[in-house]
Amino acid sequence: MKYVDSTQVQKKMGSRLLANSLAKGLFLLATLFGLVVLIVLIYRVLKDGLPWINVDFLMNRLSTDPERAGIWGAITGTLWLMVVVAPVTMILGIGTAIYLEEYATKGRISSFIKTNISNLAGVPSVVFGILGLTVFARTLDLGSVVLAGGLTMALLVLPVVVVASQEAIRAVPQFLREASYGMGATKWQTIKNVVLPAALPGILTGVILALSRAIGETAPLVVIGIPALLIPIPDGIFDKFTILPVQIYYWTIDSALVAEYANLAAATIVILLFVLFVMNSIAILIRNKFQKRY
Amino acid sequence: MKGVIRVAKSVVRDHDQKLNVREIIQEKKRTKSITNTTEKLIPKILFGIAAISVFTTIGIVLTLLTETIAFFRDVPFLDFFTGTKLKPLGENAVFGVLPLLTGTIISTIIAMLVAIPVGLMTAIFLSEYASEKTRRLLKPILEILAGIPTIVYGFFAFTFVTPLLRSFIPGLEPTNILSPGIVMGIMIIPMVASLSEDAMSSVPNSMREGALALGATKLEVTWKVVIPAAISGIIASFVLGISRAIGETMIVAIASGSSKNFTFDVTQSMQTMTAYIVEVTGGEAAAGTTLYYSLYAVAMTLFVFTLIMNLVAQYISRKFREEY
Repeated sequence: MKYVDSTQVQKKMGSRLLANSLAKGLFLLATLFGLVVLIVLIYRVLKDGLPWINVDFLMNRLSTDPERAGIWGAITGTLWLMVVVAPVTMILGIGTAIYLEEYATKGRISSFIKTNISNLAGVPSVVFGILGLTVFARTLDLGSVVLAGGLTMALLVLPVVVVASQEAIRAVPQFLREASYGMGATKWQTIKNVVLPAALPGILTGVILALSRAIGETAPLVVIGIPALLIPIPDGIFDKFTILPVQIYYWTIDSALVAEYANLAAATIVILLFVLFVMNSIAILIRNKFQKRY
Repeated sequence: MKGVIRVAKSVVRDHDQKLNVREIIQEKKRTKSITNTTEKLIPKILFGIAAISVFTTIGIVLTLLTETIAFFRDVPFLDFFTGTKLKPLGENAVFGVLPLLTGTIISTIIAMLVAIPVGLMTAIFLSEYASEKTRRLLKPILEILAGIPTIVYGFFAFTFVTPLLRSFIPGLEPTNILSPGIVMGIMIIPMVASLSEDAMSSVPNSMREGALALGATKLEVTWKVVIPAAISGIIASFVLGISRAIGETMIVAIASGSSKNFTFDVTQSMQTMTAYIVEVTGGEAAAGTTLYYSLYAVAMTLFVFTLIMNLVAQYISRKFREEY
């Protein structure tokens, strides 16, 4: 008895193989679609923005006159924002990760915190803006200053640091801890002197990625109420401020009125993407250079 | 090492100075008790820090809830959810959320029409067809796409995609829902692709080889073996993509305009829930007004929508995960 009719198989073989190669081509095209969009996007931004970038553009204050407008205020604002976001998000993120990985017993509380963090990661950034507006800017009466924006942003990027730190801590092999205990070290001494140094590259990668996310986020700060008006260069964490993405936002929507604003927005995007590119490269470098395999 | 040196030093000191044994015991006790207190204190501090993320969630829910309740004191619940007119400013303000809901849903549908097919096909190519070398080349590019700030996508939609679309769709308005929808889809492609690829890569090779040995082509293996086996992960990636599209703000705030149209015509300007929030806060709504409270009612709706989506995605990937 024949189970396979070879003539039937032969007859269908051609079309099946054809379908396979057609599909392969289609899948390749879909994959290249992203690449094409990326190239077009970067080409457009460079073409519109690059001619506008010079020292004056970087060092000038905001101005309604496109020829004289600069982004110095947005650059200092971004730096001040980092002054708040970096320490807050590091303390909260790494602390949470240490608690979850080293101290928490695998029970209801730790799994509740974990679920909570993964849900927090899915909350739209604009909702964080509402939280910041209500709690920091209005209830604590900080106003739309660097501190309020920074705390909001720190909470927004917190899940990134927590998850990265958790993975880094989990990757530290158990025998290192046991060796430390064997030497008579206590739990915290082990964590402080053995686990954290070994997990540091992974944690740092996570922190840099979180900071680069904070640099690119716009919505929460727009909601907190960064004025579109000309404001003085910020001088501390209690000053009003603006940052690069918000600047891009206002220039883009105003480009319907003054066409040159689109060029200013593009030029600012070039700077922003450059900063993000540098930060991500550093993160990748750290990961590749210090990643130990045990 | 330090500890060893310290012990050695103290031994030396004992011999040299003939220290009182009682003093040594006292000193040891003191350092011991300091260590003990730190050991007890640290977990409590860390627990406090870990609890802050929970407080953040509680904070979000509480702020949204209290102000939303205040809103529904001014505007009846039913009027809000069935109202097709939204006119938040001026006299006779009307608050119906349907224009925002349709704006959000339509932009999400457009985004997913782009992101699901392209993302899934990309995942199939990377997981099933691409050689190790090509995959190593293409994956970082997807990561770059995923890392571009949404404001840049907004600029791209407004200054490039809309004019491009207008050149062959004559009726398209300068701000419309179609262009930000498409760009949002492009933004979500990497997310769908990488999550689906993870799901497909975790299908064991023995299953592929079994099908190939029976004479199936690669397409048949993908379609009839790999995708069914990875379906829970793939669907979870779609759901997360939808959640992302619902919550996306800057692209729609820039490119879809602020007309609160209740329409299904994608060539027109529409406002989404997120864009409404940005517009109202940008206009500095005075605290205590119905306009101000409407912000929270819309944010609450948005929060509930995305929360449900995220929980569904978690549920699907946990419940239906195949164990091999």
